Amino acid sequence: MKTHEYQAREILQGYGIPFPAAQVASTPEEAEAAAAGLGGAVVVKAQALVGGRGKAGGIKRAATPSEAREAAAAILGAPLKGRPVRKVLVAQAVTVVREYYVGAVLDRSAKAITVMVSAVGGMDIEEVARTSPGSIVRVSADPLLGLADYQTRELARAAGLAGDQARAFRAMIAALFTAFLANDCTLLEVNPLALTETGVFAALDAKMIIDDNALARQPGLAALHDPETDEPAEAEALKVGVSYIELEGNVGCLVNGAGLAMATMDVIQLFGGEPANFLDIGGGARVEQVRGALRILFHDPCVRAVLVNIFGGITRCDVVAQAVVDAFAPGEVTVPVVARLVGTNAAEGRAILDGTAVVLADTMNEAAKKAVELAGGRPGGSAGLAGPGDAPPAAGGMAP
Amino acid sequence: MSILVTGDTRVLVQNITGLEGRFHTKQMLAYGTRVLAGTAPGHGGETVAGVPVFESVREAVEATGVNATVSFVPARFAGDAIVEAADNLIPLIVCISEWIPVLDMVKICAHVKAKGCRLVGPNCPGIMTPGCCKLGILPGDIFMPGPVGIVSRSGTLTYEIAGALTRLGVGQSTCVGIGGDPIIGTTFVDVLSLFQEDPQTRAIALIGEIGGSDEEEAAAFIAEKVTKPVVAFVAGRTAPPDRRMGHAGAIVTGGRGTAADKIAAFQRAGVKVCDSTDETAEMVVRLLAGPTA
Repeated sequence: MKTHEYQAREILQGYGIPFPAAQVASTPEEAEAAAAGLGGAVVVKAQALVGGRGKAGGIKRAATPSEAREAAAAILGAPLKGRPVRKVLVAQAVTVVREYYVGAVLDRSAKAITVMVSAVGGMDIEEVARTSPGSIVRVSADPLLGLADYQTRELARAAGLAGDQARAFRAMIAALFTAFLANDCTLLEVNPLALTETGVFAALDAKMIIDDNALARQPGLAALHDPETDEPAEAEALKVGVSYIELEGNVGCLVNGAGLAMATMDVIQLFGGEPANFLDIGGGARVEQVRGALRILFHDPCVRAVLVNIFGGITRCDVVAQAVVDAFAPGEVTVPVVARLVGTNAAEGRAILDGTAVVLADTMNEAAKKAVELAGGRPGGSAGLAGPGDAPPAAGGMAP
Repeated sequence: MSILVTGDTRVLVQNITGLEGRFHTKQMLAYGTRVLAGTAPGHGGETVAGVPVFESVREAVEATGVNATVSFVPARFAGDAIVEAADNLIPLIVCISEWIPVLDMVKICAHVKAKGCRLVGPNCPGIMTPGCCKLGILPGDIFMPGPVGIVSRSGTLTYEIAGALTRLGVGQSTCVGIGGDPIIGTTFVDVLSLFQEDPQTRAIALIGEIGGSDEEEAAAFIAEKVTKPVVAFVAGRTAPPDRRMGHAGAIVTGGRGTAADKIAAFQRAGVKVCDSTDETAEMVVRLLAGPTA
């Protein structure tokens, strides 16, 4: 789970990481009042979970409260990279002498938390890694002992800092690491970390990603989740209890297992279609779950055909087949359905679908090929066999 | 021969009295696996499918001498169950459980290593040596004994490729599901080095997916150390960035961990990369038949 900047900075301030004074505003008037209260120039920043906010016009400087109001009106009035912006952060502007990058990340290959610093701050760290890889210094914390003092000393020296500044920098890294652990982060960045003209550090932005697996034991963090950032269909899928991600293609797919779901999307593309979604019904799905998942697919106006791909282990093919048949009865189904069922109770499942409008296929490749054909090839391509009006024959011919 | 398990492996099931533990204990027994003990706090003295249940791993080890464990312990307690197994020096710990917080796994992996034990998983389907032993939830009937080693981050894709190989009349030496989480005990490189040493294994199918750099590390290892033919499949070519595709570990972040990067790394290492699971199985069979001009 990603947090908004204002949420991350509030958390990090609790660990002693210094940020310029700021206030959150939901309206241009609130932004104006916030700027007046802070005094002097401010920066008005869109609170949206997208990267590159500055380049996209989501961050504006304002010299006066009325400029802050105008900036907030512009930012709140339009989506940013397709995301709604409901709040802005109005922060005191600081005069920057130098910018640094400080971050901690779950390092999969080291199986540890790796802390990174760079004296080239302000840019995306991936960009820094590409343009000046030598400027990034990394240390991995021992999984059981944590980050050692000598490691923060090394990092400060590598950043070219000495004396009081090195001490402040090291304290900040230690605080960041403590916050990382306490908040079950997988990524925690302060970027840029500014050295101001008064010789002190100020964190000008913060990015925090929290491990979804840990939200159950972090109720305070789970409560930070902003439902505005969810796609409605994905929120619906969460209720149904399936893992779903909406994409832009024309072939809907319903699969058991995350790996197989990804591979199914890939073969759809291999045969000239585009997947409309990722959908993993998990292991041992029940009829209602599969029904709920199918409903999401059938409600997606982009979906021109649905591919059901099941390799039954714990999942039973007959359960999935029954859910598909049930979906036909109330006329929910408006597009062709191709099913490939193997594994547990495959014969029973195929028997249920036999004689219905569902097209059966033996292999994943064959099923994908058929589904792509029925969807009319690539989205935006020539009209296919199946517009939404060309529904397969309804209930009568379908019921088992 | 096979890797990790043999017909003599003596198996413990942690949380044997849970729904999954009960079901899969019966499945493992039916497959011929020597499940000798189970644990479930509060259920000591009971039996599940004739298998005695103990209060703790220590008691189970003392009474039965188990040397491998399969854990079906729910996420909240699953990390603790791994620690308990490692503290009792069980050499092979297979954790099926999903949703363990990753920072817990960072510590647990270090602890397991310090104890000299091996962890497979979490969030994995387990290990299968066809006709001999299975530790986990893999469906027995799609496998058969033979020369192909399979190592995979995905359960269902393991089944796809094993099933396709079996249909083509080619069996498997051992199939290892290493798990779909970002932090896992056993990586591709670990399993590849075991397959390289295993006389039964004559070819290897590697099933990767987006996220992390395990595949890239595997490719480098293959180029340097593996002399047996390896065929790879990488799922997630069409996955959008910054979205977790079901598995916690299947996510492209900051432009890293894409399928294209992984495929390129394998190709540079001389590994054949296939577009579909069926094609992967066919390619393995072709390479087994011997080098072609």
